[in-house]
Amino acid sequence: MINKFLGFTPKKEMLPSQTVTPDTEIDLSSHKYQKIWLGPNHPGVTGNMAVELTVQGNTIMKAQTHVGYLHRGFEKLIERRLFVQGFPTSIRMCVAEPDTNEYFIARATEELSGYADAVPEYANWLRMLSLEMARLQGLLRGVPGQGGTFALGIGVQWGVYLRDLILDRFEELTGARVYHMFIIAGGVRGNLPEGFKARMEDNLRDIDDFIVKIKKLMFHNSIFKTRAKGLAVITPDMVDKFGIVGTNARACGVKRDVRKDNPYLYYDQLDFDPPTATDGDVYARTWIRWQELIQTVDLIRQIMAKMPETGDIRCKMPNVLNWKIPKGETYVRLESGRGEMGMYYVTDGSDKPRRINLRGPSYNHAISVLEHMLIGADVADVHAIMVSLQTCPPEIER
Amino acid sequence: MNIKDILTPFTAWANVVKEPVTIKDPFNREAAPRYRGFHDNDIEACIGCGTCEAICENQAIDLIPVDGVETKDGDSGLRPQVDYGRCCWCALCVDICTTDSLRLTNEYTWIDTDPDNFIFTPGVTPKSWYKKEEGWRKPGNGYEFYSKERVDMEELHAEERIDSFIEFVKGYSKEQAEKEADRCVSCGICTATCPAHMGIPEYIKAIRNDDLEEGLRVLYETNPLPEICGRICTHKCEDVCSVGHNGDPLSIRWLKRYIADQNPSEKYKEILNQDTSKSNGKKVAIIGAGPSGLSAAYYLALLGYECTIFEKLPEAGGMMRYGIPEYRLPYDQIDKDVNYILELGVEIKYGVNIGTDIKLEQLGKDFDAVFSGTGLHLGRSTRIPGTDNENVYFATDLLREIVLGKDIYVPEKIVVIGGGNVAMDITRSLARLQQIKYGKVDCTATSLESEDIMPADREEVVEAREESAIVDPGWGPKSIEIENGKVKGLNVVKCLSVFDENHAFSPKFDEDNKKFFPADMVVESIGQGMDLSYLSKEFKEKLKFTERGRIKVDEYFQSGVEWLFVGGDIIEGPDVIHGIANGHKAAVGIDNLLNK
Repeated sequence: MINKFLGFTPKKEMLPSQTVTPDTEIDLSSHKYQKIWLGPNHPGVTGNMAVELTVQGNTIMKAQTHVGYLHRGFEKLIERRLFVQGFPTSIRMCVAEPDTNEYFIARATEELSGYADAVPEYANWLRMLSLEMARLQGLLRGVPGQGGTFALGIGVQWGVYLRDLILDRFEELTGARVYHMFIIAGGVRGNLPEGFKARMEDNLRDIDDFIVKIKKLMFHNSIFKTRAKGLAVITPDMVDKFGIVGTNARACGVKRDVRKDNPYLYYDQLDFDPPTATDGDVYARTWIRWQELIQTVDLIRQIMAKMPETGDIRCKMPNVLNWKIPKGETYVRLESGRGEMGMYYVTDGSDKPRRINLRGPSYNHAISVLEHMLIGADVADVHAIMVSLQTCPPEIER
Repeated sequence: MNIKDILTPFTAWANVVKEPVTIKDPFNREAAPRYRGFHDNDIEACIGCGTCEAICENQAIDLIPVDGVETKDGDSGLRPQVDYGRCCWCALCVDICTTDSLRLTNEYTWIDTDPDNFIFTPGVTPKSWYKKEEGWRKPGNGYEFYSKERVDMEELHAEERIDSFIEFVKGYSKEQAEKEADRCVSCGICTATCPAHMGIPEYIKAIRNDDLEEGLRVLYETNPLPEICGRICTHKCEDVCSVGHNGDPLSIRWLKRYIADQNPSEKYKEILNQDTSKSNGKKVAIIGAGPSGLSAAYYLALLGYECTIFEKLPEAGGMMRYGIPEYRLPYDQIDKDVNYILELGVEIKYGVNIGTDIKLEQLGKDFDAVFSGTGLHLGRSTRIPGTDNENVYFATDLLREIVLGKDIYVPEKIVVIGGGNVAMDITRSLARLQQIKYGKVDCTATSLESEDIMPADREEVVEAREESAIVDPGWGPKSIEIENGKVKGLNVVKCLSVFDENHAFSPKFDEDNKKFFPADMVVESIGQGMDLSYLSKEFKEKLKFTERGRIKVDEYFQSGVEWLFVGGDIIEGPDVIHGIANGHKAAVGIDNLLNK
């Protein structure tokens, strides 16, 4: 692919000598190819992982993802701890949106021990609020971050500032900024502080302004359009083949959203419709996320309006030190900012889980989809493609 | 793409004229009021129960000894030390803290050059943030890690129980026992306080695991009278239970009873699997088949000694049978515990009075060692005018006579002097007898101590009142009014205080505030005395005595005479669990003596 923005015709040796497909035979001894390692420590990689690129000129002939640089054995750590001790570890599986993992542990243990219906209503609304706030802070970094991969840095500055404001709200609601440890089996760990809704509304108004500004900056931007449009196209037939979920699937017209398809918490009481696009390229994915930003702001407003003023935050449960869960297994899923996530949770009647397995969207997106997408792409676009697929290495290596 | 797409991004330049949003001084930024910052611990309130250590998922907390904190009943003397190299600030330690002493302040910056400083003891190591009020505390709104409410044992209503001596506390069901056992945080503060150091967290765990046979094995490690203790133990463990600092303490006594009740006596031998067939050829005599004597016999039998218990009364149990009414401790439950000890080869000779039938010195010659646990069977008198009347009784005598089936004098109006558990026992026993005889109760208990400092268990007072007895505390007895040789009633004056500033017994009265309790019979229950008449004068000279007249013993309850060990109520207590502990310790002492 010739980078149209270059505005000149590249020399012949810069171009691939053949049409690249995943089956293209690469003979390294021919000296036509070069191997480049992108990562594991590279500012453009969203965490610690490496992509081994085989390039010819600027064109990627083959890409292979290497993970394992930050494996900390989270699943095993949780399997060796009491049920209540699981959630502070689970959040480390994803720095960007830790709340989803808290919810999995809480929900799975509640389901298996028969307390799923006992969770107080107020607590469930607070869970939704914290999950949507997590999605919002993720998008505030993710949407302008996509511009950042094309060297459009200013949007990232704006987004990080606004994300900090949401972290301020997290701080007063949950007692922590990044690792909130808020959703616990049986409910949540705090009520809504006084004046929270007004302060949140102030922040949401700032974000409303940002949404307009970032639209002008990115989506009415000739550079962004030139580079993102037509880049790394996901077609609808790939969705089931690769297990693509979330915004990546919705950007190519496949409307999949757990919140709608299989509503959990009180999402069926909220008025929203997940946005979709048809192009399936980097631009479309960013556009969908921008629309989700608008929608998430709206959802937080809806939650704050609909939730009860006060109530119990946790149901009565067994003593956490002696808590045993009967033999059973469950799969809990939700729609995270990156798409459908799930946790398979097995108990054997003891006081610790028998097996935990996290199904994260990054596993498919950053390994199989990324490797497929990079073939034929330009070296300069690798980061853009990675970010557009919402790669999160810690979540791959649980 | 059009010209607009080239120009629009330049609108970002509008920000040049805006105020920057950067925080100028991030080090002085105040965190949110709920922020989970650095630890603080209220050292005075903390009891070192270690639940923080148990719940910490990173093993960041260790319990360590701290200068100025003494180990005592209800306080391990340890305090949590936090390692900030491991801590993840989840604050589960705060949420489970049984005393609410641990908290996180909202201070969050700490710069230090020495990494070792980041291991510190909150509340002890001086830190600037302790003065901060804000930070993470245990959330309210129904948030609790263990239930604070005790599962009550069902009881017969007062109307159902008042006309008989039937046991009125019904016992736990499986579901109730498991629910109550679930509340335990396994801190072990109770074990340290229990005179017998019973493995309380272990047997409560056995209940949770529904392994009551294991529970029984744990009980018998330290206590051979679980049925009895499960009913009438003074439960010092419950007084110090860490869960009780912020809710109801665990019903440790009832849980013990549950284990013993659920295991049938026929299976004890199989479950406990204790072999006493191998004798070591040595013989030990035990005087008194009370808790201390039975306990000593049990542990000595396990060590291979041939034990013979000499009991004055017709049945075993001592004060447990002849001092505690049947409605609190049914005789078949005493028999269950005693019979198991007898199954181990222990022999009891009933109706033998040491001192008159056999001399103590003779026992010393016939046996390798002697353990004496003769208990407190004598009543104490107030010595007020009128106590010499025939219708003025001691509670201990009456209680014994009720058990022996004697026909005791039960008039229509009775007054009991005393505010302890024995006073409540005799009041409630007499109330039952009145109900049976007259169909109504008119029995009043009056004590020197006011209601708040009455030595009786609170539940005893409440239950006595439920049974229509009157408990009227705070009166000092002055005289018993006698008319024509018959008791007419008790004159009392208001007691203002019982103890002086030094906590010494020195009652003060308001002589003008008088009251008269009409009664046909007065029962004195102000304490019990020991009967040491079995010790001859020459023998007494060989022993040493404390200032309070008790026989002086060493830590293994060995007296001044090498072969004589003394324990039970006459040394410590008075209560059953001290007796059991004494008997156990004395058995070790006897074994040390004879196996030297």
